[in-house]
Amino acid sequence: MSRPQSASQTAGPYVHIGCTPSAAGLENMYGGNDLGMDIFPLNTPGRKIVISGQVFDGAGDPVFDAMLEFWQADATGRYGANGSAGGWARRAVDPETGSYRLETILPAATQDAAAHVKVWVVARGINLGLHTRMYFDDEPGEQDPLLLAMKQSSRRSTLIAKRSGDEGYIFDIHLQGDKETVFLNV
Amino acid sequence: MSARHPFNPQDMSLQPPALTADYRSSRLRAPSQKLFSLDQGPGELTGPTFGHDLIGPNDNNLILNYAAPGAAAIGEQIMVHGYLLDENARPVPQALLEFWQANAGGRYRHKKDGYLAPLDPNFGGCGRTLTDEQGYFSLCTVRPGPYPWPNGGNNWRPAHIHFSCFGQGWAQRLITQMYFEGDPHIPLCPIVQTIADQKAIDRLTARLDMAHTVPMAFRAFRFDIVLRGRRSTLFENKLEGN
Ligand SMILES: [Fe+3]
Repeated sequence: MSRPQSASQTAGPYVHIGCTPSAAGLENMYGGNDLGMDIFPLNTPGRKIVISGQVFDGAGDPVFDAMLEFWQADATGRYGANGSAGGWARRAVDPETGSYRLETILPAATQDAAAHVKVWVVARGINLGLHTRMYFDDEPGEQDPLLLAMKQSSRRSTLIAKRSGDEGYIFDIHLQGDKETVFLNV
Repeated sequence: MSARHPFNPQDMSLQPPALTADYRSSRLRAPSQKLFSLDQGPGELTGPTFGHDLIGPNDNNLILNYAAPGAAAIGEQIMVHGYLLDENARPVPQALLEFWQANAGGRYRHKKDGYLAPLDPNFGGCGRTLTDEQGYFSLCTVRPGPYPWPNGGNNWRPAHIHFSCFGQGWAQRLITQMYFEGDPHIPLCPIVQTIADQKAIDRLTARLDMAHTVPMAFRAFRFDIVLRGRRSTLFENKLEGN
């Protein structure tokens, strides 16, 4: 290796200026379109679902300045079909409530994993972006290597979004403490 | 090396740990459990791809991209340029870089920034670009001011520009900050000092680049960003018995 990798630094409290400028109040930047608002082009085939949740800190308080990114396969199990950004989305959590909402389609399982959405969390106080995965409580996961490895762990449930209503799933992220989410070294 | 080869691991001797008590915000936001190591699959080896049609002509010019017609942002005009590479020194082409910063007085255009330095009506503070085939990128901006921040003491951030970097795979995703050569706040800043390795800090510090500084116009600063590289064939080809 001839070049050492660059060190990460926190995204800070103003990450939204750079990544979701409309949400930060810079309404006309980039024609008013924040990147990653739509995860797939309209009419992409698949079962429509809505994922929502909050991010919590070690005191159990909501985090109001986090940014989340999502990366998932489509309903046929492909990532980034045709060299696109399809399957990628980004959300600033709501600055008043700390919640996020993502309308997407249910990803298919792939050869290496059960159906899941990859999640990346950055915020003030997070020095190195945190990777985790969101599985679905009504999709099969018995053969998934991560879920298998977590079989005996009380923290396994932190990786699983809970069905709520017709289309909805709830997925909260706990950065620290009793309910701490399983974060991944990928 | 094919696109299917896994990325080198995060080098934890160069990366900041999660819990860094001197940076107070990390205390309640640092996971206390070890990260769970997972093999990279198709979703880690690929990532979103962005096209040149996304990028407007002034997207990488923060002096002009928020300014009224005929106006410009106030401050020292600079050009920041460099290469996005991987650890194997290969260019990372057509990768999206996004950047954001405070204005010349150290004030962010953000509801939550109440610092007394005034907003500049002609400065938004964000930009973006795609790297070219050699991984090269450049941006024009005004040099950001240092600013005070609440961390329990008399804390000032060194002047800095935040960078968000997409590579070719999800595992390469990185957000970091660029500092300026000679800034006396670098060794005093608890956020910079979350990085234990002084050379790693030096690599986040842009150098004055007189070769690209344009007389009577603007100064240039050189800043390279290095993402995780892909492992060699020999290393990962488990199927053939390594
Ligand atoms: Fe900052």
